[in-house]
Amino acid sequence: MSLIARYLEANGIPTVMIANGRDIVEQCGVARLVFVDFPLGNPCGEPGNLDQQRQIFEMALGLLETATEPRTTLEAPFVWPKGDDWKRLIFSEEQRFLDEEATEHWLDAKARYKERKAEGKV
Amino acid sequence: MSYVRYIDKTRDYYLKEGYDKPYAWAHFDDVPFTPLTKPLSECRVTIASTSDIAIRGDGSTGDHTEEMFVGNAYVIPSDTPLEKLHSRQEHFDKHATHLDDVDSFFPISRLREAEASGRIGSIAKRLHGVHTSYSQRHTLEIDGPLVLERCREDGADVAVLTPI
Repeated sequence: MSLIARYLEANGIPTVMIANGRDIVEQCGVARLVFVDFPLGNPCGEPGNLDQQRQIFEMALGLLETATEPRTTLEAPFVWPKGDDWKRLIFSEEQRFLDEEATEHWLDAKARYKERKAEGKV
Repeated sequence: MSYVRYIDKTRDYYLKEGYDKPYAWAHFDDVPFTPLTKPLSECRVTIASTSDIAIRGDGSTGDHTEEMFVGNAYVIPSDTPLEKLHSRQEHFDKHATHLDDVDSFFPISRLREAEASGRIGSIAKRLHGVHTSYSQRHTLEIDGPLVLERCREDGADVAVLTPI
């Protein structure tokens, strides 16, 4: 997604990203980022929390207006309501990231990508 | 508690899983920046997302597995009813949350509210989905130009981007 942000910016379209993975976005580098410190999946706010989603969306619109240089990051002032355990558990030995079915899909995709690459098609 | 360092965590996680070649995350020293040059109330806004957003019952998308690794930029008409949208994304923190509320990762209702209140000028007729490719070159040379071309065709001035 950061690559798309960079491409649009380089071609004259201002962008603002709303994301949960701060380090990944900042490693690549984008023009404007609203960082929301929630589990991967809900960058735009808690499911069902309309008031919070509106505030986050408005932060993004506001950042479009106020940012004067690239790599401008704003952090949304919200904490995940069910505590911080998810931060310890994500990608840990005690909690696998993908379940069996999703792992199978992922390995299938990887294997097919290798095949296509060997054929020179990707 | 400080934010999660996914680059470090995934490197360690996949090493322990037996994958010894860590993913090379994109990194650039320079970052392009285009300032907003007119009021948002006069801007046409679009959304682009890697949330694997899809239209229910829409048979038009291709081989999903293939799209996931080859990469693919596709469009969602912005007048699609919210209840017809869903995500097929499997790579999110399903232990901590869910993707049942589309607006929590693809803020189409918030965009409509912003248009209704006059905070933005209008919504572009097409919103964008991008399947993240294993190949960063594919994203930069094929998907990026496609999204840009469609933004220009639709007169989109600004893009809100939401990754999962």
